[in-house]
Amino acid sequence: MKYITEIVDLKKGYDELREDRITVGMATCGISAGADKTYEKLQESLLDIMIDPVGCAGMCYAEPIVTVMKDGLLSIYGHVTEEKVPMLVQSIKNNIVCSELLLGHSLEEIDYYRKQKRILMSNCGKINPLSLHQYIANGGYGGLTRALKLSSQDVIDEVKVSGLRGRGGAGFPTGTKWEIIAQKQGKKYLVCNGDEGDPGAFMNRTIMESDPFRLIEGMTIAAYAIGSDHGIIYTRAEYPLAITTLKQAIEIAKKHDLLGKNIFGVKDFDFDIEIKKGAGAFVCGEETALIASIMGKRGNPRFRPPYPAEKGIDDLPTNINNVSTLSLVTSILGMTGKEFARIGSEKTKGTAMICLTGKIQRTGVVEVPMGITLKEIVYDIGGGFSSGKKFKAVQVGGPAGGCISEKELATALDYDSLSSIGAILGSGGIVVVDDTACMIDMAKYFMTFTKTESCGKCTPCREGTTRMYEILDKITKGLGTKRDLELLRLLAMFVKENSLCGLGQNSSNPILSTLNKFYDEYLEHVDHKRCPSHSCKNLLAYTILNNCVGCGHCARVCPVQCISGRLKERHIIDQNKCIRCGACYEACAFDAIERK
Amino acid sequence: MNNHESLKPDIHKVLKKYDSKKDIIPALQDIQENFGFVSEENAESLAKKINSPLVDISGVVTFYNMFRLKPVGKYHIAICRGTACHVQNSEELLKYVEKKLKIKTGEITQDGRFSLEAVNCIGACAKAPAMMIHDKVYGQLTEKKIDAILDSMK
Repeated sequence: MKYITEIVDLKKGYDELREDRITVGMATCGISAGADKTYEKLQESLLDIMIDPVGCAGMCYAEPIVTVMKDGLLSIYGHVTEEKVPMLVQSIKNNIVCSELLLGHSLEEIDYYRKQKRILMSNCGKINPLSLHQYIANGGYGGLTRALKLSSQDVIDEVKVSGLRGRGGAGFPTGTKWEIIAQKQGKKYLVCNGDEGDPGAFMNRTIMESDPFRLIEGMTIAAYAIGSDHGIIYTRAEYPLAITTLKQAIEIAKKHDLLGKNIFGVKDFDFDIEIKKGAGAFVCGEETALIASIMGKRGNPRFRPPYPAEKGIDDLPTNINNVSTLSLVTSILGMTGKEFARIGSEKTKGTAMICLTGKIQRTGVVEVPMGITLKEIVYDIGGGFSSGKKFKAVQVGGPAGGCISEKELATALDYDSLSSIGAILGSGGIVVVDDTACMIDMAKYFMTFTKTESCGKCTPCREGTTRMYEILDKITKGLGTKRDLELLRLLAMFVKENSLCGLGQNSSNPILSTLNKFYDEYLEHVDHKRCPSHSCKNLLAYTILNNCVGCGHCARVCPVQCISGRLKERHIIDQNKCIRCGACYEACAFDAIERK
Repeated sequence: MNNHESLKPDIHKVLKKYDSKKDIIPALQDIQENFGFVSEENAESLAKKINSPLVDISGVVTFYNMFRLKPVGKYHIAICRGTACHVQNSEELLKYVEKKLKIKTGEITQDGRFSLEAVNCIGACAKAPAMMIHDKVYGQLTEKKIDAILDSMK
């Protein structure tokens, strides 16, 4: 076995991380906020400091993010758009901190990070994703070095001791999964599931873009443990940056004997990784559908058993793990299984990467210890709501998950606590909605999604999701009855019990959880034809009140010219023509328009 | 990437490295990258090349959202309809773009400049509402921002 120093110039990595350096967060979120232009501008500024593109630190709300390390002092700056670069450059030249843009001198100083525990994301936003020497200088490949000194069974035991459960959604113990496949003889495939299709989830993308070597190392450890020489990363075509980053990282790893033949100089330890691009099908996140897609077929799921561990790609044993799971393996072997098991809650060990989005102040990717409460995530990390808005619900686990009401905010974030209140952790997307959101509309939104993404193979899912959508649509249009609510519940239960795969079985979760927790809101819609959050347009009525001064502003902004009246006299809305767009309501300066 | 009318890549060259059923998806992706969409003619060439009935190809093409059977505009706009974008009113933005370009979702403008599509989550949730034009993501969109972006694309 080779020493790590025989593979890369470790000193160069240490030096780069310690010496004066400017970094710009150049992951997808950063670029969409203009980080590419910030980077260019910084380069043009001819500072005598290394400027390094890094991945995403998770603070999507404050992008573009620039950090400056100068004379041993780190400063983290947020919202550094192209226009603000000259100001920042000037302060760097003057050797002072640019207080206007400063977020803090360390991540721990920033509110957003106080309750986080960063294991998986320890490199994200810190190292250049394609710099192998920086990765190794920051502890990278320590896990594999340790694993290679153990037997493959010892590695599996280590993962079992850690208590790691699959982060893809189902939460199956990873060590147990590996043990089953390790006993199989002959060629085996190792698949990394990066088909992150859940709307509201992008943690896999973050790892692939910001710390690709962590995933490659984790896969290599897994390959060693189960005895596979062929790895496949299946990821979404919608993640172009993740794909190019991974491809380049794989090439670099090959060049340094970290992939390919005799890895690390260990005789007969061969492992290679190829990337398969998905083609836009949510159901392909399901493991049997994913295998079908890799085989070049339609992504239809099939009955299990046989499980992929028995019959997967080319009918050979195939082990499938999620991106986060495999990346966590790197950390587990980097520390010890026992140490990892100390983090998190009683039943769910370690940390979870969560994508925090919706109507809160601070959105982004966070990594929290399992067992943290949802309240801490929404308020302490997410910063709560902007003024005047109130909490309504959080949707956890995407279209397969459920919603959580205010009463349940003290629930701990782990697999078992969440399923006890009718939600799932799923892939870990959390969307927070305020009181302007209608829960029936949310349920309808998810049903629109699942009915389009249903592969059509089994009847309960294919027909059930469409019928449930139609009922919800009826309710949001004010045409629903109480009988519809009963029917909806029955149908939801039926689809849950009778669908072939997880997509169908979980598709009714958003409906069942909103029916259970927001039944009053459903009743308002069917009994009184009213939408309490003023979101369902068909149920709104705009009327002009007595205090109208007749300025005519509303009539001018109305796109369908349905408001009439003489100047300085009260105006009237023609309810038959009104399209309920709300333009008049927004425009009225005298609060003379009522919305009901 | 799209609208390579003038360049017209050679389909046989594009398909050169593909020879088994397992290659259907990557081959179709390659076709779409080179020609902008999957034409019947090119699907037939692929079927012949990998020695597979056309139905296998059309089954795959119609199953996956990514594949298009019609040409797209010079700028292909994909508006994200993920959850985070939904709660930030992406539906209204989609309608706005439809109105602005005078086309429906799935159509192409008469001058061939723009085409419009609604897609499931592009993973830029923290920057919602978002859209993607080719490989570039634009976040925190408003009607004004969309005007500025589209008007700069000639």
